[in-house]
Amino acid sequence: MEDILEAQTYGVVAEFAHPNEVLAAAHKAREAGYTVMDAYSPVPVHGLDEALGRKRSILAWLVFAGGLTGTLTGFGMQYWMAHINYPWNVGGRPTISWPAFIPVTFELTILFAALTCVFGMFALNGLPRPHHPIFNTPNFDRSAIDHYFLCIEAKDPQFDEEKVTAFLKECGPEAVNTITDA
Amino acid sequence: MSSEVKRDPDGQLPYISGHDLESVSNKIAAVTLRPMREMPKFWYAGLFIGVLLLQLLFYAIYKLIVTGTYIWGLNIPVGWGFAIINFVWWIGIGHAGTLISAILFLFKQDWRTSISRFAEAMTLFAVVCAGLFPLLHVGRPWLVYWLFPYPNTMGMWPQFRSPLLWDVFAVSTYATVSILFWFTGLVPDLATMRARATDVWAKKIYHGMSLGWTGSARHWHRYEIAYLLLAGLSTPLVLSVHSIVSLDFAVSLEPGWHTTIFPPYFVAGAIFAGFAMVLTFMIPVRHIFGMKDLLTERHLNNMCKVMLFSGLIVAYGYMMELFFGWYSGSVFERFMVLNRLLGPYDYTYWLLILCNVLVPQALWSYKVRTNPIAVFIICQFISVGMWLERFVIVIISLHRDFLDSSWAMYAGTRWDWAMYVGTMGLFLTLVFLFIRTLPFIAIFEMRELIHKDEHHDDEHHDDEH
Repeated sequence: MEDILEAQTYGVVAEFAHPNEVLAAAHKAREAGYTVMDAYSPVPVHGLDEALGRKRSILAWLVFAGGLTGTLTGFGMQYWMAHINYPWNVGGRPTISWPAFIPVTFELTILFAALTCVFGMFALNGLPRPHHPIFNTPNFDRSAIDHYFLCIEAKDPQFDEEKVTAFLKECGPEAVNTITDA
Repeated sequence: MSSEVKRDPDGQLPYISGHDLESVSNKIAAVTLRPMREMPKFWYAGLFIGVLLLQLLFYAIYKLIVTGTYIWGLNIPVGWGFAIINFVWWIGIGHAGTLISAILFLFKQDWRTSISRFAEAMTLFAVVCAGLFPLLHVGRPWLVYWLFPYPNTMGMWPQFRSPLLWDVFAVSTYATVSILFWFTGLVPDLATMRARATDVWAKKIYHGMSLGWTGSARHWHRYEIAYLLLAGLSTPLVLSVHSIVSLDFAVSLEPGWHTTIFPPYFVAGAIFAGFAMVLTFMIPVRHIFGMKDLLTERHLNNMCKVMLFSGLIVAYGYMMELFFGWYSGSVFERFMVLNRLLGPYDYTYWLLILCNVLVPQALWSYKVRTNPIAVFIICQFISVGMWLERFVIVIISLHRDFLDSSWAMYAGTRWDWAMYVGTMGLFLTLVFLFIRTLPFIAIFEMRELIHKDEHHDDEHHDDEH
């Protein structure tokens, strides 16, 4: 029980004032063999994700699947309702007057794709998450304003608090802090 | 080098100058985070008028529900009166927001950043106002779920070949996607608000609303994909919504409605009216809240160009309507055109031409486009003109169609006007509450703009070293 209650080290965080510094630090950390790390920034920094060694997200494919589901749902719903469940002769028109079914099919395609897009993005990002250890970093508020943070996490197989701290200090940060997950 | 004002490659002044990431974040967040007593009088006055008119709306709705739609000026043949005019007017106004946030984003128009959040919020509020009219026009709004296909004891389904049913799907999808787009854009800004807020509760509320956004590189990566996809999805959506609204008219056989030009002409009209409404609010807001460095004269200039262009498409639509009426060879279509130009409602048509075709031609002048007062006045003309356009389309076609024994005149009653003015109150209330509670300029996108500039400079410096 005790070790659950006790605060564990989450990682070592370096704070940078400039996007190029955090980008360089991320590249260096990867070259040094660190794998479990993340960077936090007030704006998307292009190349940072690649520097951290991450692959492209599958989100676009999920959205495509969502859209396709919407198309099939939209058309299928109208087909079933107007042709199978309650065929209704309106002015002698065929019960499957498919061109008239396109607007609703289109709208449901967009609706399903957009819902998948937003909820998929938040789900893949693990949000909402009210408590994240990174918020324990001193001055972390500035990650939403003008500072950039790089965290090498304790989960990293090479993690050693002193070595990581020394390594990050070489990258020219404003500050380096060890944070816990409590 | 740093002392002189940097200019874009095309020699224009920058859209944003004299700001770094911190100052722009603080400046925008400050509008929301300052104490109530420091809010400008303009804000109090705007909210007061909004809330006052909102009471009128509540009363008009109450009166309508307890007595019935006969308190409106509807009759047969004019079964579609103010409710449809106002519905189309409001939903058109909403379209500017999606155009600015989605279409201009896809075209990489950086200047959209300063106005996108505000315009998106306006989209939502305009859709709320628009939605009230069909909701109340059904007469028994508590049965409005009958519009949707749901399993019921009659075993019946809606008529999927009807444009009115398409409208239900188009407008509800549009409202949903607009909320999603708006909220997605807000999340990183809510994290900034959390960082800036000093009040414990404000911090907690903004933190909760930001869903615990950390700005992780991995999150940004997915976020950017999601934002791009949403823009890509919203673009055809916004074009489809007003096209479908126009099909409510065009699919019928009514003279003056049954034309193929309706969808593009309605979409252009929506952009025209929407930009006018965005400018109507933006011009006083940039002045009162001291945002002239973020909402520059160049923004006015660009928006006026869009307005001028969409206005010309609308003018082309008016011309084509007259041409189709004559060229159709149909006696009813020809009569409709004559009735528009010379009939009992001719003044609405000529006022419409004045407001939507003649007055906006002033926008050809650069001096007019960059003069906030002139632009503001022109926008008022356009808003009135776009309302008259829908009046001309709805009322003049309906009041004298095929059978002259069923001709009638139409006029909105005081309850029609109360509803219409009341929704303006609802809109004002929502806009002013929004200005107070959420950042009305997209902070992180402004930071991105500055970040890009700085990054560009760095590369330049590297060459010098």
